[in-house]
Amino acid sequence: MVCVCLRREDAETAWNELDTGITETPKMIGIEADGRAIEAKAGETILTALRREGIHVPTLCHMEGLEPSGACRLCVVEIEGAGGMVPACSYPVADGMKLKTCSTRVLEARKTIVELLLSNHPDDCLYCVRSGKCDLQNLAVDLGVRQRRYQQPRAIRQEMDVSSPSIVRDPSKCILCGRCVRVCEEVQSVSAIDFVGRGSRAQIGPAFGGGLNLSSCINCGQCIVVCPTGALAEKSNVQDVLAALADPEKTVVVQHAPAVSVSLAEEAGLKPGSDIDGRMVAALRRVGFDWVFDTSFTADLTIMEEGSELVERVKTGGVLPMLTSCSPGWIKFVESFYPDFMPNVSTCKSPQQMMGALIKSFFAEREKLDPKNIVSVSIMPCTAKKFECSRPEMSNNYTPDVDYVLTTRELGQLIRMFGLDLSGLEPEAADSPFGERSSAGKIFGASGGVMEAAVRSAHFLLTGKELEELRIQPLRGLNGVKELRANIGGVEIGAAVVSGLGNARNLLDQVRAGRDDLHFIEVMTCPGGCIAGGGQPIGADSDAARLRMKSLYNIDQEAQLRVSHKNPWVIRLYEEYLGKPLGEKSHKLLHTKYCERDVPV
Amino acid sequence: MSENAKKVGAILDKYSHAGRDALIPILQEIQEALGFLSKDAIAQTGKRLGLPASKIYGVATFYNQFRFQPKGRHHITICRGTACHVKGSDKVLDSACSTLKLQPGQTSRDRMFSLETVACMGACGLAPVITINEEFNAKVNPRKIVRLAQDCKEHSTEEKK
Ligand code: SF4
Ligand code: SF4
Ligand code: SF4
Ligand code: FES
Repeated sequence: MVCVCLRREDAETAWNELDTGITETPKMIGIEADGRAIEAKAGETILTALRREGIHVPTLCHMEGLEPSGACRLCVVEIEGAGGMVPACSYPVADGMKLKTCSTRVLEARKTIVELLLSNHPDDCLYCVRSGKCDLQNLAVDLGVRQRRYQQPRAIRQEMDVSSPSIVRDPSKCILCGRCVRVCEEVQSVSAIDFVGRGSRAQIGPAFGGGLNLSSCINCGQCIVVCPTGALAEKSNVQDVLAALADPEKTVVVQHAPAVSVSLAEEAGLKPGSDIDGRMVAALRRVGFDWVFDTSFTADLTIMEEGSELVERVKTGGVLPMLTSCSPGWIKFVESFYPDFMPNVSTCKSPQQMMGALIKSFFAEREKLDPKNIVSVSIMPCTAKKFECSRPEMSNNYTPDVDYVLTTRELGQLIRMFGLDLSGLEPEAADSPFGERSSAGKIFGASGGVMEAAVRSAHFLLTGKELEELRIQPLRGLNGVKELRANIGGVEIGAAVVSGLGNARNLLDQVRAGRDDLHFIEVMTCPGGCIAGGGQPIGADSDAARLRMKSLYNIDQEAQLRVSHKNPWVIRLYEEYLGKPLGEKSHKLLHTKYCERDVPV
Repeated sequence: MSENAKKVGAILDKYSHAGRDALIPILQEIQEALGFLSKDAIAQTGKRLGLPASKIYGVATFYNQFRFQPKGRHHITICRGTACHVKGSDKVLDSACSTLKLQPGQTSRDRMFSLETVACMGACGLAPVITINEEFNAKVNPRKIVRLAQDCKEHSTEEKK
């Protein structure tokens, strides 16, 4: 019998709250915007009130969900009678307030701000990675900037930082809005970068002025997705992949992560949350990949290995709570900030690396290919995966298990380059043997998905019966911290799910301080999980993340195969090749170890 | 524990009841003791105050007074005050940078030279003025910088002999 009860609050309401954003009824007041009467909640900012009414106010430094910083002043509006202009993002509404959101004065002020930002900005749009998606560029266009009115050389020489395997920084395009610094500090609690220097010499950078590779950066890429300009971007591997595809000697194999099929649509201008799995597979074949595999398959495999590891730890008195290991930014975070927790981290490789190892072993043997002639590419919602595949632990005889990682954005680029119309392609299925997945593997793409998949299989492993209700509501939703207490076949399990490393840090601190009711903790680096990863399409808000997440759970709802342990190819793989979970071969191919990192924290 | 770590530890102990707002005086004392802010010292301070290294580095770079490399045998400061500026200290600085192949705040690999700029030395009558190991040199110009640097080098080689 399974009893699943919630620790904190009723999950159904938590989920609904998320959808509507309503928690309690606040006092309503009346304000006026451009002559129109609107309602506002006492205490909220002008920006929030205006946005709810669909009135657009441009912003640069403002970040959803974080305290306003008021740095850029782009959001200015005029308050009638008050004489001055105020930043809408940080100024609270007041009863009877009369606002002008696009008076001549406001529009002129905004335009001047953009012109000043451009005064030391390179004229580089044609060659810029961010062109077309750049907030600065869009603002210049929208506000009618048609000439350079101010010109000012940069006070310091700024060079590109290409030291990181994941992230390229081009400080010459930085407008010092501070968003990257804030996400790194306030959401991820990493603080790899900060403002350095003062006045005209100020810039963003890591401690001691070195490259990002020497800093405490954990390669998550959250700074890229919040940057309004081309100052931050992923290290692109598109050219490497094109070269591999053009090489007749090479067999090019691609795997795609669970969260990619529900976000790639946005790269083609389609609705957020559309699942285009089959069309994406078709596109990958058109681009020239010889084999297309689904990383959700190795997510299923992860459940078998990690689930067995958990059971073993519980039975043999191993180190608990066990921490998941599929998110490479999180792994680097533990290695850098919490090395004392390394024994808690599951030794399982991530699904990407399990797939990589199987492609160059089992698959190569089966297809009689020399692993040296296989180029293994993966499509990931993540920039940290680029770092992960370069880890020395992730190669065999100096041949990396995964050669190149492309982000969802880079795949979008590749598809546009080939002129493929994602909405017009006929859906195709991924290839055998690693094309079949359960929907439990698919929901790995959302925070809570790994835990849900694990609970489903753990229930079967411990009781011999399937869960009656496979949907485990308390583990779903965009909350950064979710907890579950379950009694599975007489075993009392305390589970927690956190996403965003700030939340992970809090939980680890609790465990360090003696909290001992948890056995298994799922950690995803990015807030909400891979659906909001650092490699995902630019310009997405929390609505887009929610839609991507919903899409994953819809796929699960409609799927026939919803538990990892019933994936026929996972079963076959154990029978034909691996033996059993945690067996010798599994140990060699699917497990790894960690190393403490000496970085400035 | 290294000598420097002990020194830094002693300074931090002195401030053990102070909070993060004591950061600047702590950094000043560390610089006084070590001659510069080393990576280790910043890390040690960060651990004690619960501040990330990037934050401390960011704060320290906000002020001109902190250096992150030990001083060279010949420590050259160039005045960038208004009077000196009017008399061409920007050219003097350019010349120093290119002659020594250093940026302000840096120390050469052989530890021979280090370069720094200061806001105003209060010696405006001598503008443009620089100091080498705290000795004033008045009315310098870009050519004179080249010569002074040469003198320093020769001086050091003689000392070695
Ligand atoms: S950052 Fe934006 S404005 Fe600047 S060059 Fe790139 S696209 Fe153009
Ligand atoms: S990639 Fe992540 S950890 Fe690194 S600087 Fe950006 S936000 Fe910080
Ligand atoms: S790098 Fe981007 S996000 Fe960071 S301060 Fe510069 S413009 Fe803003
Ligand atoms: S968005 Fe309001 S000040 Fe930047």
